[in-house]
Amino acid sequence: MSALLHVSNISKRFGGFVALDGIEIEVQPGERLGLIGPNGSGKSTLVNCICGALQNEDGQVHFDGAPMNGLAAHERTHRGLARSFQLPRPFHSLNLVDNIRVPMLYTVHKRTGPLHADTVDARCVELLRLVGLDQKARLMPRDLTQVEMRKLELARAVAAEPKLLIADESMAGLSHSEIEDILTLLMQLNERGITIILIEHIMSAVMKFSQRLAVLVSGKKIADGKPEDVVRNPEVVRAYLGQ
Amino acid sequence: MNTLQVTIVSMLVGAAVYLCGHLFGIGYLFFAGYTILQFVVLSTAWNILGGYCGYVNFGSAAFFALGAYTTVFFYKFYPLPIPLLIVIAAVVSGIVGFGMGYLTLRLRGAFFAIATLALAVVLQTLVVNWDFVGGSRGAYIVRSDTISLGGFTIEYIEYLFLLMMVVAILSIGISRAIARTQLGFGFATIRDDELAAEASGVPTLRLKLIATTISGALMGMAGAPFPYYIGYLQPASAFGLEYGVNSIAMPIIGGTTSWVGPLIGAVLLGSLQQLATVTISSAVNLLIVGLLLVFFVVVAPNGLVGLVQDHFKAWRKK
Repeated sequence: MSALLHVSNISKRFGGFVALDGIEIEVQPGERLGLIGPNGSGKSTLVNCICGALQNEDGQVHFDGAPMNGLAAHERTHRGLARSFQLPRPFHSLNLVDNIRVPMLYTVHKRTGPLHADTVDARCVELLRLVGLDQKARLMPRDLTQVEMRKLELARAVAAEPKLLIADESMAGLSHSEIEDILTLLMQLNERGITIILIEHIMSAVMKFSQRLAVLVSGKKIADGKPEDVVRNPEVVRAYLGQ
Repeated sequence: MNTLQVTIVSMLVGAAVYLCGHLFGIGYLFFAGYTILQFVVLSTAWNILGGYCGYVNFGSAAFFALGAYTTVFFYKFYPLPIPLLIVIAAVVSGIVGFGMGYLTLRLRGAFFAIATLALAVVLQTLVVNWDFVGGSRGAYIVRSDTISLGGFTIEYIEYLFLLMMVVAILSIGISRAIARTQLGFGFATIRDDELAAEASGVPTLRLKLIATTISGALMGMAGAPFPYYIGYLQPASAFGLEYGVNSIAMPIIGGTTSWVGPLIGAVLLGSLQQLATVTISSAVNLLIVGLLLVFFVVVAPNGLVGLVQDHFKAWRKK
């Protein structure tokens, strides 16, 4: 099977600081990949390079068989690459339905041709129902709790009907039950055929979710494999716990 | 109300004002009304970029002057009817708006605002040194006292008033239409969070270019009849501070997130300024703007529209 996402030899520097150093990652269609690493290891930079928010200096990103280098972030979204943000970034002046409506108008429209307004409305409500926010459809993002904000963030990413969803620390700061909520939601999305990369610090959630685990440390990938093998890898243990 | 209904209501209100002034022979109504309508166009145009997209443009006077000097250029080169000049001014200002957008839209916040201010300075310097359009001496535009329209002879100021009313209705219609379409949603996402907008598939750069082009074109349209209104155009009047300040203050006072805010702000502030001009002095106009701006930024940062909406929500919760 050909990889859905193929990141080859990506490097990114900020001045003299090397944020990413020759990263290689492949993600297969339908896979659930966990991406972990200590703070500052380059996880978010990698996501930004994959999604087009940052341009990598070296290396290539191939998605669905096509090269992504040089494409703007919105063009990558149009091709099926969606992300959620570490800190939720809702559109504050739009209510929840309209937050979901934006990717449909700009991404799904682009891919499938114009959708009827009623179809868009129905899909928005369906997505809000999926994340349990349908009762708050007409509220503004400021009226939501932290976990609801995270759910809105995921729903908005899913509204773009992506082939690959990158969830960047979607569970940070949440309680145990809220983490379970998000995990269940991510599993449901995966069952719908969406390939997911989960970036997370909460190891119990990562272990439960991931079929494969990749570890970044100081901009380098130090491990990639089955979660139970990776967490026993001495290099990974050293990176997390020290010498 | 949909866009068509808004346009019809605007036309009816405009027609009522016109008939009132015409039948009762109140010439000043047209003189003051023209200025107010001109500010309706400027503030509505500013709001498309500043309010909808969140990009503050300090160069409104440059686009206004560009429209005015397009008229002066053709007046000297080959005189054309004012409606045609308005269209040409829209094209010229739209192109400059697009160019400004292309050069500056990778800037944000204060840097973008400073760049637009620089555009006004550069254009003013060019005009001051361009003899064909009068340079620093200015240019006289001679107009007749009356004009014949469809068999009716009306005062020239009434004609200018009617033209500006059409431009104002057009700008309100465009602004209203944008707010309720895919474009309007795209603009709102740019204002709220550009990175999240891109991640949702919104082509932010293209949309910002559309906004600068439309905004610039409408401001140019507001400026095109101005030389005929004022009779003598000089760089200091065309690039006047009042255009830059009013076109920002009026939407902020009315409310920047809807099409109706700039309209309310322009009618309110424009009328107040006209009243001050005839009762005190035109010198207090900018003082009025300044005081109201400070008041609204502190008390009602979302403008009058936001204030009313907040009260309405609070009332519904009771």
